[in-house]
Amino acid sequence: MTVAAKSTVAVSLKDVCRYFGDVRAVDHVNLDIYDGEFFSMLGPSGSGKTTCLRLIAGFEQPTAGSILLHGDEMAGVPPYERDVNTVFQDYALFPHMTVGQNVAYGLMIKKVPKAERERRVSEMLEMVRLPGLEGRKPSQLSGGQRQRVALARALVNHPRVLLLDEPLGALDLKLRQQMQIELKAIQQQVGITFIFVTHDQEEALTMSDRLAVFNLGKIEQIGTPADVYEKPTTGFVAGFVGTSNLISGAAAEKLTGSSQTFSIRPEKIRMASPEEAVSGEVCQALGTIRDVIYLGINTRYLVELDAGGDLTVVQQNLEATSMDALATRGNRVNLVWNKTNNRPLIGGG
Amino acid sequence: MAATTANPSLLRRSATYFYKHPRLSLFLLLLLPLAWLLIFYVGSLSALLAQSFFSLDGFTGQIVHQFGFKTYQSLFTPSNVDIMLRTLGMAAAVTIMSGIIAFPLAYYMARYASYRLKGLLYLAVLLPLWSSYLVRVYTWKIILAQEGIFNWFITGLHLNWLLDGVLAIPGIGGPSLSFSFLGMFIVFVYIWLPYMILPINAALERVPKSVIEASSDLGAPPGYTFRHVIFPLAFPGVVAGSIFTFSLTLGDYIIPSVIGNSSFFIGQFVLSQQGTAGNIPLAAAMTVVPMAIMAVYLLAARRLGAFDAL
Repeated sequence: MTVAAKSTVAVSLKDVCRYFGDVRAVDHVNLDIYDGEFFSMLGPSGSGKTTCLRLIAGFEQPTAGSILLHGDEMAGVPPYERDVNTVFQDYALFPHMTVGQNVAYGLMIKKVPKAERERRVSEMLEMVRLPGLEGRKPSQLSGGQRQRVALARALVNHPRVLLLDEPLGALDLKLRQQMQIELKAIQQQVGITFIFVTHDQEEALTMSDRLAVFNLGKIEQIGTPADVYEKPTTGFVAGFVGTSNLISGAAAEKLTGSSQTFSIRPEKIRMASPEEAVSGEVCQALGTIRDVIYLGINTRYLVELDAGGDLTVVQQNLEATSMDALATRGNRVNLVWNKTNNRPLIGGG
Repeated sequence: MAATTANPSLLRRSATYFYKHPRLSLFLLLLLPLAWLLIFYVGSLSALLAQSFFSLDGFTGQIVHQFGFKTYQSLFTPSNVDIMLRTLGMAAAVTIMSGIIAFPLAYYMARYASYRLKGLLYLAVLLPLWSSYLVRVYTWKIILAQEGIFNWFITGLHLNWLLDGVLAIPGIGGPSLSFSFLGMFIVFVYIWLPYMILPINAALERVPKSVIEASSDLGAPPGYTFRHVIFPLAFPGVVAGSIFTFSLTLGDYIIPSVIGNSSFFIGQFVLSQQGTAGNIPLAAAMTVVPMAIMAVYLLAARRLGAFDAL
């Protein structure tokens, strides 16, 4: 979670805007990404995260604002003169070249001597665990293998910043989880700044040192995964990163004494029996279990509150089986949670 | 649903039958095109090949239906080899020029033109194909004639000295553009150009934008990207287009007879041999020549990796 050298800023976006006609794809974004950091841009599709990445790579020019790479202004600098490399969403491997030629492409341009080129290509393929595949064509590879080749092709150039545009989006769940771990390991091994674009909140939480949550072209929140998850500052973040209960208005006033909207994570709520006495700095609300979703590792309950509205509650299946869990439908319960887990939100959510 | 499964209609039952017999379906699917190919295409081709191994009895004027290489021996006379080389040279020149003109346009259409402009350009490229080939060739005869609009235009620009100079060059010149190889070359390029533009454009359209961006991202300036990514990926399209322009020029006999001087091209030779001379075997043998040239051409293209990206 800690960033080794917080002092040096690798990428800096200062009041950056990118408009496509009337569409404000990126709208006044301010962002500093530190050297050696694994930084994620998280958001739903159309939130501006990919456009942000393309602005850093140089495929797009900002409508307003400035982008600095290691302190250098990037306005008018073409992509081929920027010390960044990109792993594309569709991998964008050169179909007419072999894997070896693909990986060697950047080195060829830099006129690296043949022997060194071959050595670095084979080292890189080893690192992404595709040793000896130099002679294959991209069409002969599986999706996961292509993804690794794309990674090797970018990393072999030792860029100071690596941009990854939803690189795991096309992989199946198992492979994706495996690649998440490998990517993180590779990043720590090479020590390059990674900027990782994803719409998968779990991916962003597991891999990043810090992340920015994007919505409608703006950044909603920047912070460490724990910060963003535990202390969401807006309703959008609370809802997009994990699941949250948002409570506002009269219901909020009844529970906390203030009408300010707050969020409470489902796993922070305990289900007690209505008869059980509770004390301490807690909120409690009586309700009826309306729906039960058995998820194997835990169970999600939808509880209709007597005071109006409903709350999602997640309980671990410590001893319960699916039968036990499902049988609780219609039961009366008292929901109890620690007041400190309430997260007041800006702007009413 | 229940009703249809209990008492399926004839259509549904036959559909199920075909679903369960995929080989029969495939057979029916390919029956007509295969029959057409075998009877008309392969059939006429083998008849042609067979004819080329017969020979003409010089004394009686009758065709001797006997297998042999006599006709091929008489094919390779110096004057006939001249015809072959002339046709080959023209086909090569037309193909290269078409490629040079077509590529930038196809590239512009694929990468820069707006949706609307692209549609208009497609229309402009295809429009000439809507009118008769013969009409267009004769129109060019008039355009290029001594008294034609082209000369009028050149005179207006005071460039007669240039045109006369070019026409004085032996080999490509002549009394006027409409009686020169240069004029023939212009008309050939005009006539076959769409067949070069469309395949190149199709190939360029298939090059994903992200691949071009990736090249730039990896440090390649635009020229390097063009040479190492865009052109190699469009190369199959260039080859496809060149197959059209090359083979169509090799076989054409109308443009050489309408425009140009009295020097024969392969197509004209075939026409005269099977018509006035009545030497069908020799005409057939000459027809085999462009086929052989195309076969060599395709093999060379394959060597160059033209079909690797397919």
